[in-house]
Amino acid sequence: MKNTKTIALIAIVSLIFTACGGGSDDSQTVSDDSQTTSETTIAASTEESSLSGSILIDGSSTVFPVTQAVAEEFTILNPNVDISVGVSGTGGGFKKFCPGETSISNASRPIKDKEKDLCAENGTEYLEIQVGLDALAVVVPKSNEWLTCLTFEELGLIWGADNAVSNWNQVRSDFPDEEINLFGPGTDSGTFDYFNEEITEELGGSRSDYTASEDDNVLVNGVSGSPGGLGYFGLAYFSENADTLNAVEVDGGDGCVSPLEALDGADYGLARPLFIYVAKSAKDIPAVKEFVDFYFETMDILVQAVGYINMPADKKALSLTAWTAFSGS
Amino acid sequence: MSDLTINSGRKSEKALKESIFLFFLYFCVIVAIVTLMTLIYDVLSNGYNRLFGDYEIGLITKLQIDNPGDFLTTLDSRDPLKAGIGPAFAGTIWLMVIVVTATFPLGAGAAIYLQEFAPKNKLTRFLELNLTNLAGVPSVIYGLLGLAVFVRLAGFGRSVLSGGLTLTLLILPVVIVASREALKAVPDTIRQGAMALGATKFQAVFGQVVPSAIPGMVTGMVLGLSRAIGETAPLIFMGALTYVNYFPDNPLSGFTAIPIQVYNWISYPQAEWLNTSSAGIILLLGLLLSMNTLALFIRNRFEKDW
Repeated sequence: MKNTKTIALIAIVSLIFTACGGGSDDSQTVSDDSQTTSETTIAASTEESSLSGSILIDGSSTVFPVTQAVAEEFTILNPNVDISVGVSGTGGGFKKFCPGETSISNASRPIKDKEKDLCAENGTEYLEIQVGLDALAVVVPKSNEWLTCLTFEELGLIWGADNAVSNWNQVRSDFPDEEINLFGPGTDSGTFDYFNEEITEELGGSRSDYTASEDDNVLVNGVSGSPGGLGYFGLAYFSENADTLNAVEVDGGDGCVSPLEALDGADYGLARPLFIYVAKSAKDIPAVKEFVDFYFETMDILVQAVGYINMPADKKALSLTAWTAFSGS
Repeated sequence: MSDLTINSGRKSEKALKESIFLFFLYFCVIVAIVTLMTLIYDVLSNGYNRLFGDYEIGLITKLQIDNPGDFLTTLDSRDPLKAGIGPAFAGTIWLMVIVVTATFPLGAGAAIYLQEFAPKNKLTRFLELNLTNLAGVPSVIYGLLGLAVFVRLAGFGRSVLSGGLTLTLLILPVVIVASREALKAVPDTIRQGAMALGATKFQAVFGQVVPSAIPGMVTGMVLGLSRAIGETAPLIFMGALTYVNYFPDNPLSGFTAIPIQVYNWISYPQAEWLNTSSAGIILLLGLLLSMNTLALFIRNRFEKDW
């Protein structure tokens, strides 16, 4: 009796381990398979590079799609380079970048003084490279045809915490007497930070009685479903939902500009720069240097492909010169 | 006569109350089942084609996408139709192996000690109280703990090993409580019988009690594991990655996991990502269901009635 039980015990334990062990074997073959498939595709398109090593990247979730797209294309050319991209947010990214845990940091705002100090403490020198612009779209539901343009002052009136505006006719007298329903990103978001810096900084910060969500798709549904709704988020989320939303033109002092015009290089008031930061210690790693070079080569195509705005050509040339000097030194 | 009417009146009133209550109970069951079915239907209808159908992409150069082979093995992509779940799938398998390897000895050991050997004193009561409380701690907290202990202190880095150990901490309390219940369910007569025949306490526990309790312990273990592989928050806080272009090949590799991948995909603006993330959810559901089936199988196969 005791023996059968012991056997049963061993059987069960080994069953679990073989089940899971088998799984891990599978994953091994999985990885082999994918290696061969990707190798065949590469053999078909380009010659395989012998570059190897690993590139650790972390930071902003806004810049993530660009860096991921670059990494994806880079992998096709250099299958032996291990690239990993984390999403810890801009601040979280610098917390790993400055102590030297990562080689490249994605950032949707310039580095802050506190973070500069952290880098200095750890002896991390770095180069800031702008890779593109992210336009914020201020949106209203498709049914709203009377609202076409808002000035920065009017946006401040709507979003500022010091003002208690509840109906549209309080913003501009020829607007209908309709309740304003506000939607926006949560306070942890870089988008929220940027919007408040531009619009509500001197007005007591952003009001808090709005529907907040970190998930932009929730905001899309919210705005499109409420007649007096107004919201703001990244342009890509507007472009994908142009059938249910209208983008409001924004007047930053030089007339009304639509965020869509920003795609063609117009000077749009609510466009924030996107950056990558490269550590000086990493520029001597061939894989990292090659990766940043490749970033410059492909950014014109890829930045637009993921829904952001390209830098003006002259600015890009300046960035490239800075990088060449930085990586050559 | 009048007595009879009163009686029958009471009876029908009782029957009415009973049927209303029964109806309420059915209603509860139906709400639960309908919600689950709607969820599963929604995910399947969105993800089925992405996961199981072969289809073509490209307008000029047709490219045949072969599913599910490609989805399960290829790398993530910025194109929702090309994105695969390969590295995340491999990462989840790695996590499962590490969680099982670490949880089984620790969970079973702690449960056996607490249930069979621990003296009944204040310290033991304090430990038990803490275990029950730990089972209710939000999972993000375990992520922070994992970051501090495994990533920084132990120096494992943001690796799959740190991730697996973090998830182990997360499910340990649940596994210990479930294992103790399984041990408790073994009748005392078994222990007494063994000891009456001259077995030491150690022999009684490991020769009789533990083997009888194994089905219950394994069930608890597998259910805990099912919970672990669905967790996103502790992994993200611990520092798991979102995009990797390689398959983790040793315990110290950086990794991503299926729930992180799904969470990342669903937040993209393009509508096609909905189908791709649904395909990821189907895979995760498939893994969970096969684990639960395994638990059910083990319980039915080895369960004992006394």
